[in-house]
Amino acid sequence: MDLAILGAGDVGRSVADLAGEYGHEVVALADSSSAVVDSDGIAVADALERKAGDEPLGAAAPADVFETDYDVLVEATPTTLGDAEPGFSHVQRALEADRHVVLANKGPVAERYEELRALEDESAGSIRFEATVGGAIPVLSTIEDSTPQAVTAVRGVLNGTANFILTRMAAEGLDYEHVLAEAQDLGVAEADPTFDVDGTDAALKFVILANVLADGGFSLADATVEGIQSVPGSALDLAAEDGRTIRLIGEATRDGVRVGPRLVPENGALAVTGTRNIVQIETRNAGSLHSSGRGAGGPETATAVLSDVGRLPPL
Amino acid sequence: MGDTPEPDEDDPDAETDGGVRAYTVRLELVDEPGELLRALAPIADSGGNLLSIHHERGNITPRGHIPVEVDLECPPDRFDDIVQALRDAGVNVIQAGQEHYGEEVNVVLVGHLVETDLSNTLSRIENEADAVVQDLSLAAPEGTEGVASARARLAIDSGRSEEALAAIRSIGSDKDLTVVEPLLGGEA
Repeated sequence: MDLAILGAGDVGRSVADLAGEYGHEVVALADSSSAVVDSDGIAVADALERKAGDEPLGAAAPADVFETDYDVLVEATPTTLGDAEPGFSHVQRALEADRHVVLANKGPVAERYEELRALEDESAGSIRFEATVGGAIPVLSTIEDSTPQAVTAVRGVLNGTANFILTRMAAEGLDYEHVLAEAQDLGVAEADPTFDVDGTDAALKFVILANVLADGGFSLADATVEGIQSVPGSALDLAAEDGRTIRLIGEATRDGVRVGPRLVPENGALAVTGTRNIVQIETRNAGSLHSSGRGAGGPETATAVLSDVGRLPPL
Repeated sequence: MGDTPEPDEDDPDAETDGGVRAYTVRLELVDEPGELLRALAPIADSGGNLLSIHHERGNITPRGHIPVEVDLECPPDRFDDIVQALRDAGVNVIQAGQEHYGEEVNVVLVGHLVETDLSNTLSRIENEADAVVQDLSLAAPEGTEGVASARARLAIDSGRSEEALAAIRSIGSDKDLTVVEPLLGGEA
């Protein structure tokens, strides 16, 4: 397939870098200020080198991407809330041109799911968004394989930053602020970690899961969300007295979405450590399925994007 | 199998389907191999469902025996039969008939626990959540005026955990406390 990639952050760059390995061609790559477009395939390594050197990606404007002859638009621009723009318009434009769209951007799928599905219904193209939930972990494809109707709930840890902080707090008996500073030094937490620690990032993923289970109906405003900022080290110590620990756990069902710090057995499946993510898919007929892995990172998330590309039907 | 007892013909109101309650019996066992198994068999044989067994090995009764606390569920009309079966088997039943609770859950409360009257919080949990506080640990590293954490182990009637936790959540939001709840669903 010929890929047009919007967004040249960690994920977009990794998709461009790995596309060849998966048998796909990159015909366009754009960040917010410029683009490189070539219907015969762009020179990915050169473009990434320019990006690394803070030079423009290419001479074209970002909107020129839509003029090229691509099969799949990879939407990897930053997640925005509310109207989820400009991501939503990008998806709309591609679907209206009867192209496929693979999203790594959570915004449109969490905030405007029904609109996306309506656009997809009118289009020859399809949308897929495995990369929006749990990075490299095949969560949505597992639900798709089990059929969403047979899945009763999805629970788990889908934010590595919050999980890293709680793990370190429990292991070292340190307080939140201390561990957060350490996580920022290590590059695990961003300079502004608000979305990770207040539960918003995890909530967006569980909203997407609820939308998949219920075929729409949810946005971030429908989720009950609590973060980990108010969990002191002493709470983790007390939990440990009884063989438990605290994790930022999300739950998605057809009835709602809830994210918050919860007590889980210290040696249980959901008590993953560090930046690892885990999901538990509860099925009606097959018990619970667990998948764990790296929920973030450029190459990891790019593998989810490229797996989605591989699942698309020919146009 | 023993877990589906026939309806009691003497008592037309006897309920064996769904009308299950939780009970605790306290037993005293001789410290010999096989005693525990011998004590539990009459419970299962009489249609009781074992919930938990607390075997206090380090604790010897005045008579030199080992106290064992057994939580079980059964239809109310079966409970006397179970106690009788235990006595018939020669097991010393110290205490029986006291209604007990079927589920134990831990919650961790975080906030200005001392300033907001911890004992009031606990009695509200007992009253409004219909739970019994079995155990409490408090950690107040910042002193009594700072943010403290408390872990409470609660006993709740079988199948009522969701309601009890919802009540505790609302007490928490009243008193500006963070309630870290257990994850009940699935195989956590």
